[in-house]
Amino acid sequence: MSAPSGITRATLTKDIRLEWRSKDAINSMLFFALLVVVVFSFSFDPEAEESRHIAGGLVWVGFLFAAIVALNQTWARELRNQVLDAYRVSPAPANALFLAKAVGNFIFVAVLEALMTPLFIMFYRLRALGPAWQLLPVAILGTWAIVVNGTFFAAMSLRTRSREIMLPLLLFPVTLPALISMVEATNVILVGDPSTSAKFWIVLLATYDVVFTTGCLALFETVLHAE
Amino acid sequence: MNDPNTAHPQADPVITVTNLIKQFGRFAALRGVSASFDRRRLYAILGDNGAGKTTLLRILAGLVRPTRGTVSILGNADPREVCREFGYMAHPSLLYDEMSGMENLRYFARLYGMAEDSRCAASITAVGLDPELQRPVGQYSQGMRQRMSLARALLHDPKILLLDEPFSNVDIRSAREMVKLLAGMRAQGKTIFVVTHQASLLDGAADEFIWMETGLIVNRTADRKFMETA
Repeated sequence: MSAPSGITRATLTKDIRLEWRSKDAINSMLFFALLVVVVFSFSFDPEAEESRHIAGGLVWVGFLFAAIVALNQTWARELRNQVLDAYRVSPAPANALFLAKAVGNFIFVAVLEALMTPLFIMFYRLRALGPAWQLLPVAILGTWAIVVNGTFFAAMSLRTRSREIMLPLLLFPVTLPALISMVEATNVILVGDPSTSAKFWIVLLATYDVVFTTGCLALFETVLHAE
Repeated sequence: MNDPNTAHPQADPVITVTNLIKQFGRFAALRGVSASFDRRRLYAILGDNGAGKTTLLRILAGLVRPTRGTVSILGNADPREVCREFGYMAHPSLLYDEMSGMENLRYFARLYGMAEDSRCAASITAVGLDPELQRPVGQYSQGMRQRMSLARALLHDPKILLLDEPFSNVDIRSAREMVKLLAGMRAQGKTIFVVTHQASLLDGAADEFIWMETGLIVNRTADRKFMETA
């Protein structure tokens, strides 16, 4: 049998190929995130100083909402023609599928963030007064926190009747500690207050990621084979 | 006459089900099916809609857990333990519409630990399609999609084939070719289960016709015409 890493790679390649051909997730995410940037920018018309205090929340809530679109698409693709059943009857391990889906979603959301961040900077006149490099671990750990739980809960809500509504209902409360860490860390870095540090929030995010990744991997087989 | 729902002893049973019950809420899809099935035989499972044919096949494939009763496949109680030994073809194609047939099979081959393209190409050729076809499966005709779906089920050379309505929407000539292919595979030693509404296609090819009604096997016979007159 193939090593799980081989199956993960094959599934990831397949998902990227499908997304490249259909552009279902990336187009909807981009459109949604663009709306958030423009609408919020016109609603608040913030000054540079004011922006630094609210940007963390705006950016991450915008990305979280946009990611929901990609997360729903991930499994919708497997439901068409019941392709997921072909995976379920194969000897491939459930975790290989979960990891491929989570990494795939991470790539899609990271692409969205890379494209949208310059727009956020431009519309909200952002400039970090603290160590800007710390935004990188916040973005990586924060994005992983969103996609790992999102991938898991999207799979859980797969067989429910209104899964588009179920996913945010399940995901948002669980993601709250990560979201608070992401927002606080981003604000601390942007404001550059020397009395506080983003390190605490980054460590909290890393711990959150380890705990939830382990939990999702441990439970995914049950979710995949549930009726 | 023997009760068709009792597991009558067979020489070399590949699958044995005992008192299989499956309930979906208050609806009982299977109501105590017991049967055993021999190696190297082609079984046609017939019955009206809602008779429990697909549910039986999905339980054998390990996709659905029975509410009560036991399944033994190649001596193993958990179908997932022997999933490498069976190929499953469902009513939907179980294929990605955006990818070509070869791309689909290449991916599914990886799930079974196979990396050679030659095996995928052989599987596609066996069902009468062209492995070089670049068109995405979504643009195939329904018949071509059914055949590609069969190619996916055959990919890892399983010992048991579980086929749910393989001939639906397939033109009569292609369907006859598929029957010939299945008969050939049975001759090579595979055990094949075909759920179908087009029983006449399997006349002369099936070793046994199994008639299901309201979640029970009500008749098993080698001669379908006898079953219809009974």
